[in-house]
Amino acid sequence: MKFGIVVFPGSNCDADCHHVVTHVLGCEAVALWHKETSLQGCDCVILPGGYSHADYLRCGAMAAFSPIMTAVKGHAAAGGLVFGICNGFQILTEAGLLPGVLMRNTSIRHICRDVTLRVNSNQTRFTRLFRAGEVLTMPIAHNEGNYFVERRQLVKLEEQGQILLRYCAPDGELTEDANPNGSLVAIAGIVNEQGNVCGMMPHPERCSEAIFGNRDGKKMFESML
Amino acid sequence: MLAKIYVTLKKGVHDPQGEAVHHALLSLGFRQVSDVRIGKYIELKLGEMERNEAEKKVTEMCQKLLANTVIEGYRFELE
Repeated sequence: MKFGIVVFPGSNCDADCHHVVTHVLGCEAVALWHKETSLQGCDCVILPGGYSHADYLRCGAMAAFSPIMTAVKGHAAAGGLVFGICNGFQILTEAGLLPGVLMRNTSIRHICRDVTLRVNSNQTRFTRLFRAGEVLTMPIAHNEGNYFVERRQLVKLEEQGQILLRYCAPDGELTEDANPNGSLVAIAGIVNEQGNVCGMMPHPERCSEAIFGNRDGKKMFESML
Repeated sequence: MLAKIYVTLKKGVHDPQGEAVHHALLSLGFRQVSDVRIGKYIELKLGEMERNEAEKKVTEMCQKLLANTVIEGYRFELE
């Protein structure tokens, strides 16, 4: 399986993703500069974390119109896998590939720490190796991770099992205290209706190796293989 | 032609930044303030064009890029 990792000006998790794909998963990976127009035959496109275009105007707003995004949209429409992490998630919502928007954290603070997450749906290409209800630990590092979507759309997300991950307490309970950023119903990650485009705020690429003391993220990548 | 664009959060969308500023104003003694909402102000210089055409183009710009219409509304003035 070949992965393409899009590099926008200001991306800063692209090298981490490249490392995990090649050295941990043993797959092929190519970096795709945002001005390129071809995905070079990649099966899965990763939009990595960072601060594309310095988060000017709104996070991901300008990156959503980068030339490569036309190819990413075509890939998604054809059923190809697209995986957005953190800023990548923000870009996917701005590009209209995922519903909703990521607003400023309710604390108005940048949050950089481990959080616990509950696997809400394991019936997807991104979470199929997890048990439903499994509690994972992953790091978050963002200022705009407060997911919001209109009510009608939220009902649809819930009914169709599109909510993949929710912030929870270490015992798996959904409590207000366990929601770090004010996200609607504690949403940390979602998938599109077709199930091939995923966006999440936590960073699985930062917890995919034993050296980091946590390999919960690795299963996320392995689910896609 | 000059377009003055105001992008603001829609009613009902939580504005933690506005709340923090509200709180700060109250603690400075400005007790008259009952609510604060923070938005963006954008100025665009446009070439010579018909007013109707400018209105159409600026609306398109707001819809496509300048505002995220899931949470934001916009209005503008042309001078």
